[in-house]
Amino acid sequence: MSSPHPKYASNEGVIDLARSILGDRLIAAEEDVGEVALTIERTALVEAMTLLRDTKGLEYQQLMEIAGVDWPEREERFEVVYCLLSVTRNHRLRVHVDTDEVKPVPSITGVWPVAGWLEREVYDMYGVLFEGNPDLRRILTDYGFRGHPQRKDFPLTGFVELRYSEERKRVVYEPVRLAQDFRTFDFLSPWEGAEYILPGDEKAQGQQPGAPTPVPAPHSKPEVKGEAPPATPKTTDSPAQTGAGKAEPDGDGGKK
Amino acid sequence: MSDPAVELAEPHAPPLDPAAFETPVAPSVGDVEIQNYTINFGPQHPAAHGVLRLVLELDGEIVERVDPHVGLLHRGTEKLIEYKTYLQALPYFDRLDYCSPLGMEHSYVLAIEKLLGLEVPLRAQYLRVLFAELTRICNHMLNLGSHIMDVGAMTPNLWLFEIREDCMNFFERVSGARMHSAWFRPGGVHQDAPLKLLTDIADWLDNRLPRLFEDAISLVADNRIFKQRNVDIAVVSKEDALAWGFSGPMIRASGIPWDLRKSQPYDVYDRMEFDIPVGTKGDCYDRFMVRVEEVRQSARIMKQCLAQMPEGPIASLDRKVVPPKRGEMKQSMEALIHHFKLYTEGFHVPAGSVYVATESPKGEFGVYLVSDGTNKPYRCKIRPTAFSHLQAMDFMMKGHMLADTTAILSAIDVVFGECDR
Repeated sequence: MSSPHPKYASNEGVIDLARSILGDRLIAAEEDVGEVALTIERTALVEAMTLLRDTKGLEYQQLMEIAGVDWPEREERFEVVYCLLSVTRNHRLRVHVDTDEVKPVPSITGVWPVAGWLEREVYDMYGVLFEGNPDLRRILTDYGFRGHPQRKDFPLTGFVELRYSEERKRVVYEPVRLAQDFRTFDFLSPWEGAEYILPGDEKAQGQQPGAPTPVPAPHSKPEVKGEAPPATPKTTDSPAQTGAGKAEPDGDGGKK
Repeated sequence: MSDPAVELAEPHAPPLDPAAFETPVAPSVGDVEIQNYTINFGPQHPAAHGVLRLVLELDGEIVERVDPHVGLLHRGTEKLIEYKTYLQALPYFDRLDYCSPLGMEHSYVLAIEKLLGLEVPLRAQYLRVLFAELTRICNHMLNLGSHIMDVGAMTPNLWLFEIREDCMNFFERVSGARMHSAWFRPGGVHQDAPLKLLTDIADWLDNRLPRLFEDAISLVADNRIFKQRNVDIAVVSKEDALAWGFSGPMIRASGIPWDLRKSQPYDVYDRMEFDIPVGTKGDCYDRFMVRVEEVRQSARIMKQCLAQMPEGPIASLDRKVVPPKRGEMKQSMEALIHHFKLYTEGFHVPAGSVYVATESPKGEFGVYLVSDGTNKPYRCKIRPTAFSHLQAMDFMMKGHMLADTTAILSAIDVVFGECDR
């Protein structure tokens, strides 16, 4: 017994058939977690998709979804993933295409009209351009929105916030002001500590071995025995004045 | 074309020139260019089923072109999920299609389980199917009711809401929440369903549901006015349904017997006996009747679930994914550690990507999940059902009257929480 995910027809022979049909257009093909994924040459996408739809034995009649994925560390950072479905063979297939901010992906609205909005969404979210899409407008974000929010370098909070302004009697856009720091918890490696500096931790920086004990907070007076301390506090200029005894033998404190 | 105004004219009135009453065939008369006019439907319109803005280009009362503007309810769910652990991201799915919350969770937990290769105990699978079907009934009650109301009838909607209220009560009894259950968890379900609840559901399925539902549907299914508003409205052929990415009741109404529960069974759907209703013409009436029959079939599945459901654990016993029960934590230090780790760091999912789609009440609801091996999804693309269906509004509306907009929109069964994400 394996996990109860949806089971469809076996992947057997799909990659071989796709390889023989697509030829050079296919860059890579892999089967992972029970799903077949083909990476296809960007410029040959339309022909490849038409072949995948019309070839007997493949018959992917339906385009269910186009997903964008951002991999900023890659040379071509965006991956466009097409999820295809064959209702006659009862099989699913993913087609991957790589691109970046400037290189357009050929639009497949001619193969599946449903691609129109799905491409618009990828354009809106990632800024991937689709050559040949007749209506490449933003779709999910606000009218006049700037930026592409699903990119990994786009902050979760966004850049602008809007509110209704009573004086101007309309909705105004303002830069985001966070009343409280955005909380990110890094639980990946609790033993090594987080990468960022927690508030207060910067005081711990630059401490050398043998450095003097931190000065106590002003309100907690050290217990004084005998006479009262002088009005002007005594300054400590040399290690001899600290009363801490002899300085470390290899320290340079006694050189004065 | 005879105009009733001409026939009712008084007999002693001077004879009217019939040509003056003829509707011009073309929108332009002579040299005068009559432009189509454009109206806004929504975003605040009770029949828009949420915040949909339709820019309708009309020629008289005939719709020439529709430009649906979506995204008014866009909340950046997919972006938010990237910043949450797998478990923390789960409740976002309830808030997508808030009319069928458990249907949304189903795809997500199955996607995680597929990546993890996690086995799920049989009782949990039965419970999931049971409540997924209850969700379907709940969703269809809202959709059928509002569809009827959008074309002018009030009573059935009120009766169907009675059933919906019952469903909500069942959700509350099993998960503690009426709508946002967050009850399906990776590895199973959160809490076991009490025996009394299961017997109450069985009783409800036998008595209350069929009585209320059949009563309400008998008012509309053969009603002349209802048929006039729906039959032959927005006919979609099989080819169009495939090309436009239709799924669920929309593709079945077009005559394609495609149901993921049957063709790509998940959980224990392969043990269930049920029929898939299909439409013959692919119009709004077919879509309505497909949903009506689906409710009956859902009830059938639920009865089988209740009859076959075994005893046993309700979630996987893999403690690296599923947190231990509270009682166990009182006894075992290890359980306490697992609980702490799972609710802070969460579990790690092996790197890989899957596209998992289930038959949600509205159609194929898919999750494309990319994991990079950490405790948070690298990317979680949600495939909403309404997005593709709404895109087809333009060609479905073409040549129909303005008043048909509401019928077509209702028959799509669109909920914007899911469409806009």
